[in-house]
Amino acid sequence: MGYVAIADRDHEIEHHDPQTFITKYVWSQDHKVIAIQYAGTAIFVGVIALILSAMMRLQLGFPDTFSFINPENYYQFITMHGMIMVIYLLTALFLGGFGNYLIPLMCGSRDMVFPYLNMLSYWVYLLSVIILLISFFVPGGSTGAGWTLYPPQAILPGTPGVEWGILLMLGSLAVFIVAFTMGGLNYVTTVLQARCRGMTLMRMPLSVWGIFIATILGLLAFPALLVSAIMMLLDKTIATSFFMPAISSMGVDPGHTGGSPILFQHLFWFFGHPEVYIVALPAFGIVSDLLSTHARKNIFGYRMMVWAIIAIGGLSFIVWAHHMYVSGMNPYFGFFFATTTLIIAVPTAIKVYNWVLTLWEGNIHLRVPMLFAIAFIFTFIHGGLTGLFLGNVTIDLPLSDTYFVVAHFHMVMGVSPVLVVFGAIYHWWPKITGRMYNETLGKWHFWMTFLGTYSIYLPMHYLGFAGVPRRYFAMGNTDFLPESAQTLNASITLSALFVAATQILFFVNVFWSLRKGPKADPNPWDATTLEWQTPDTPPKHGNWGHDLPECHRWAYDYSVPGYEDDFIPQNVPADVAPVGRDHGVEH
Amino acid sequence: MEIGLIVLATMLATLLGWLLKQSFNTQPWVAEAVDEASYQAPFNARPKLVALTTFLAVATSFFALILSAYSLRMELGDWIPLTEPQLLWVNTGVLVLASVAFQWTRNLAVSGRTSQIKPGLFLAGVLTVAFLVGQLIAWQQLNASGQYMTSNPSNAFFFLLTGIHALHILGGMYVWARATIKTLNGGDAVEVSHSIELCTIYWHFLLLVWLVLFGLMLST
Amino acid sequence: MPLAVVLILLVVGSLVFHVLSPWTFTPLASNWGLIDFTIDITFWVTGAVFVAVNLFMAYCVIKFRYKKDARATYEPENKKLETWLTALTAVGVAAMLTPGLFVWADFVNVPEDAHEVEAVGQQWHWSYRYPGDDGRFGEVDAERISADNPFGMDPDDPNGQDDVLVMHPEARLPINKPVKFLLRSKDVLHDFAIAQFRVKMDLVPGMETFLWLTPTELGRFELLCEELCGIAHHTMRGAVIVEEQDDFDAWLAAQATYSEINAQPAGNAAVGAAQYAVCAACHGQQGEGLAALNAPKIAGQDAWYMKRQLQNYKSGSRGAHPDDTFGKQMAPMAAMLLDDTAINNVIAHIQTFPDEPAPATIEGNVANGAKLYNICAYCHGAAGQGIQAMNAPRAAGMTDWYLARQLQNFKDGVRGAHPTDFYGFQMGLMANVLHDEQAINDLVAYINTL
Repeated sequence: MGYVAIADRDHEIEHHDPQTFITKYVWSQDHKVIAIQYAGTAIFVGVIALILSAMMRLQLGFPDTFSFINPENYYQFITMHGMIMVIYLLTALFLGGFGNYLIPLMCGSRDMVFPYLNMLSYWVYLLSVIILLISFFVPGGSTGAGWTLYPPQAILPGTPGVEWGILLMLGSLAVFIVAFTMGGLNYVTTVLQARCRGMTLMRMPLSVWGIFIATILGLLAFPALLVSAIMMLLDKTIATSFFMPAISSMGVDPGHTGGSPILFQHLFWFFGHPEVYIVALPAFGIVSDLLSTHARKNIFGYRMMVWAIIAIGGLSFIVWAHHMYVSGMNPYFGFFFATTTLIIAVPTAIKVYNWVLTLWEGNIHLRVPMLFAIAFIFTFIHGGLTGLFLGNVTIDLPLSDTYFVVAHFHMVMGVSPVLVVFGAIYHWWPKITGRMYNETLGKWHFWMTFLGTYSIYLPMHYLGFAGVPRRYFAMGNTDFLPESAQTLNASITLSALFVAATQILFFVNVFWSLRKGPKADPNPWDATTLEWQTPDTPPKHGNWGHDLPECHRWAYDYSVPGYEDDFIPQNVPADVAPVGRDHGVEH
Repeated sequence: MEIGLIVLATMLATLLGWLLKQSFNTQPWVAEAVDEASYQAPFNARPKLVALTTFLAVATSFFALILSAYSLRMELGDWIPLTEPQLLWVNTGVLVLASVAFQWTRNLAVSGRTSQIKPGLFLAGVLTVAFLVGQLIAWQQLNASGQYMTSNPSNAFFFLLTGIHALHILGGMYVWARATIKTLNGGDAVEVSHSIELCTIYWHFLLLVWLVLFGLMLST
Repeated sequence: MPLAVVLILLVVGSLVFHVLSPWTFTPLASNWGLIDFTIDITFWVTGAVFVAVNLFMAYCVIKFRYKKDARATYEPENKKLETWLTALTAVGVAAMLTPGLFVWADFVNVPEDAHEVEAVGQQWHWSYRYPGDDGRFGEVDAERISADNPFGMDPDDPNGQDDVLVMHPEARLPINKPVKFLLRSKDVLHDFAIAQFRVKMDLVPGMETFLWLTPTELGRFELLCEELCGIAHHTMRGAVIVEEQDDFDAWLAAQATYSEINAQPAGNAAVGAAQYAVCAACHGQQGEGLAALNAPKIAGQDAWYMKRQLQNYKSGSRGAHPDDTFGKQMAPMAAMLLDDTAINNVIAHIQTFPDEPAPATIEGNVANGAKLYNICAYCHGAAGQGIQAMNAPRAAGMTDWYLARQLQNFKDGVRGAHPTDFYGFQMGLMANVLHDEQAINDLVAYINTL
């Protein structure tokens, strides 16, 4: 049976040209519009979560100074901050936002394979966000159980939001998982089925690889969260005993018997650990492309990079219990999970080496996206290395549940991916909007964000060493902490407020560029990947005009010897030797 | 968690093995002219089939994880095995017949005899509804005998597993309804046969899931 | 270029911060020096990688920054280099993991000669059980837990009769003797963590977990709950005092066993009446309180709470602060009650008084007070009735000016600052939520409506 480039089969791709403003921008089935809707919504809730974190920091830095913060809403703030940042911002932004925008463009397809399902995915995601936000306003407020939602505490009266907040939280997560599954089926099928002619798997840019593997992880891991959410809902609403043992809560017996809180933790982290890589792998992929493009050099060790992504994805399913070393699970598990966890450091380290080696003998343009990419390497090294402390079961004994953990996961899963998000937005901004951003403003934004976040999280590790526990509304007087710990906390708060405030620069840049930004070159960075070779900037519905592109080479033909240009786009045929710009690019 | 782990490991290993095979002997940096062979249509399958397969992987992961929870919870002291209603045997038979009916319909549709598929399609639908009703009656029988969801964890899991399985079937019924309407309206024969093919796979999958669940619940 | 300089400065700065930081591990007070050793190895390995990779990156940024005539080299991969780097990384990882696994094996295998102590967590309180002379714990069951049986002891289990029950959050250990802590929770997850001991473990309701250590330093070490356990998680503190074996034995012998607690006679109101004569001078014949003498109403207050406060006054954990004018008056009065029997008797008498709500004297914004009371309700109950299981006394219907003064005292550290007044310390942390006098008045005004 002969091969047929499936992307050519237009009848398979339900293709609808938008007619009105509503169908074009609201009920749109165009992956690019859906990507922007996803990203816009995610960034909107992200800003809410940022404000929540500022409130928490105010209490920690200056305890009992602000009358609008009390233990009840403090615990609600930490819960909602964590949940929003991990799920509703980062997961949605990397997969719903970047995944949607980049997969079809980078693979040379007209759209996602199921555009209607794609649209539905966004609106269901929006519904989950709305349910989440409603929980702030119900009686009792949102849940304050911590983002891990550990039972029994999450559904007992000692925790805020036990009336409605926890129900809405679990409901919102279930709806989010539905949305994610719809999107995820699309991303996987598109990558597998709708690549353009010549785009073999090993010619795909690493961005697509990262998003692809992350989507697979998400599809297989989110069911664990769904299972635990359903079972917890049943425990809460009709008093089953999946997770709830016989207890005496505040002198009252709530009527459960025999359940196991540890069972919930196993399910939760079976999702929770792959979730880390659902966020990290797209960041890994995107940052690889930024580095290669702006260093004018092929990504070093492409195949190793792909295998590392695959290996990390696979290993991420057998390390979950390293979140549970001191949870009271069978302590013998510690040997196994410490070993698998430290093994995962090897492919991760390979990725870091290859990023740095990509810079070696490059010709590095330090434009804004590149600054963010290099800063990502720095923070990711830091966050990755502290992971070697916590992953080692013995060292986890003193450090777990302290600020060291908070500092570690913010460095590795907060700061690092967010730096990539910004780098990526700056990088693709000219393609998405057709306009340039302001370079100077972008650089200011970079410096303040990078240096500001480092001055938040470096010192925070040391609070953890000293033994400051996380999730404490206030320390009060203690014997074992030096008084200067509070001073350090105050300085961390000031840095955090500073970083939060400087994000305004980003939004100023966005609005300035949309209104007054100069028109962008179709390929301002001289990049090789297909999204830069579209006939229109920004690309129109259907992306490619009349003919789909054909791919003839990998995504990293930078500075190839024998060519005058220092880049060869992927759609340039193998036998064409371009001698200058605009040669050989067929449109 | 062993069950979840083993199932997932199998699925991941399949996928990763395939990916590695695709990538191991390539030298991606060598530019080549596009020829037919360099295009890797992975399964040479329709996108909807790929999407369905992916969804089945998600559903497998979902059920495997509930079963993991089941096996972990079972080991805790208060588990009293549930005596399943005998009716479940009948329901199982009905679901098997539904699958058979679908297979029959599919074979007709694929071989181009689209005009003859209506009885099979109806029969599959009716049998499936009968299965769902049977499950509902089984629930009522349990409740009538004082076996509530909260009575024991084994009860809770019984209701949870059967409920979630039924929800999956309801989702399938939506697609069945669409295919049936298309057939009645004399829709495009190829499209109808594609729909029926996907339904058949999904029904076989849910039958398999049910057999696993039922077997497990009987044996514990 | 600035980027490279900044990267170098950040590396150097991080090292300097690390060396100079006064915030580091507390001095070790247990046998777990090997944990510190593993941490040191990890510091060296990761530190070296951190410095090497980042400095190399900074070098690349300087050396290979954009030049108009320069051109990057084309090198898709370098198998040899990649293999070397992978191997080197694997060696580094093994160097960190191996000692970690050995130390963990130590942690998992409890020494044969370890003595056992049970730590019981609940929202938001610690208590302890020692196995008594027979060295064996009696059976416990969460379903038997009640105000009279806070541990859920089985009254018929002979092993439990000599169990020593320590009802407050301070435990004691003999020095240099390995101890296995059995951890049990009554309600939600908690975590038993003492910074100086290095090891920690969660308490999980429905099962028993453990950790072991050998205390090697004398002193008092703060115990923290480090698993989020609800709104007052941060107030769930305790302490472990490590002392010489003789001191420990003497202390343990002085603690009441389960059977002794059960055998304690109930208070005798008739005997208590005579002793109450002294109290009546200030608190009134019917315990109704007397504002002129700064004596609050005590009729209707929870017996267990009055008992604890009288004991606190006697032991000096309350009424010893120089600024606690009225507490200092009460302390010598409480000292006249010689022992627990006397305290029980006088409380039994107080409980015979009619419980008339104290007159309201404080005005404030009731609506605002209601909002503030949300937090209080977690322990003191939605109706301000007090919940013994939460160690929270009754507030509704009691003297309002006294409540306001105590809240102020808690805020100012006049009450609750004594290291053995754990409940006062908890209340102090919570009272800090009331930012000014107006907030206190609003709150008390609302409590007057309950």
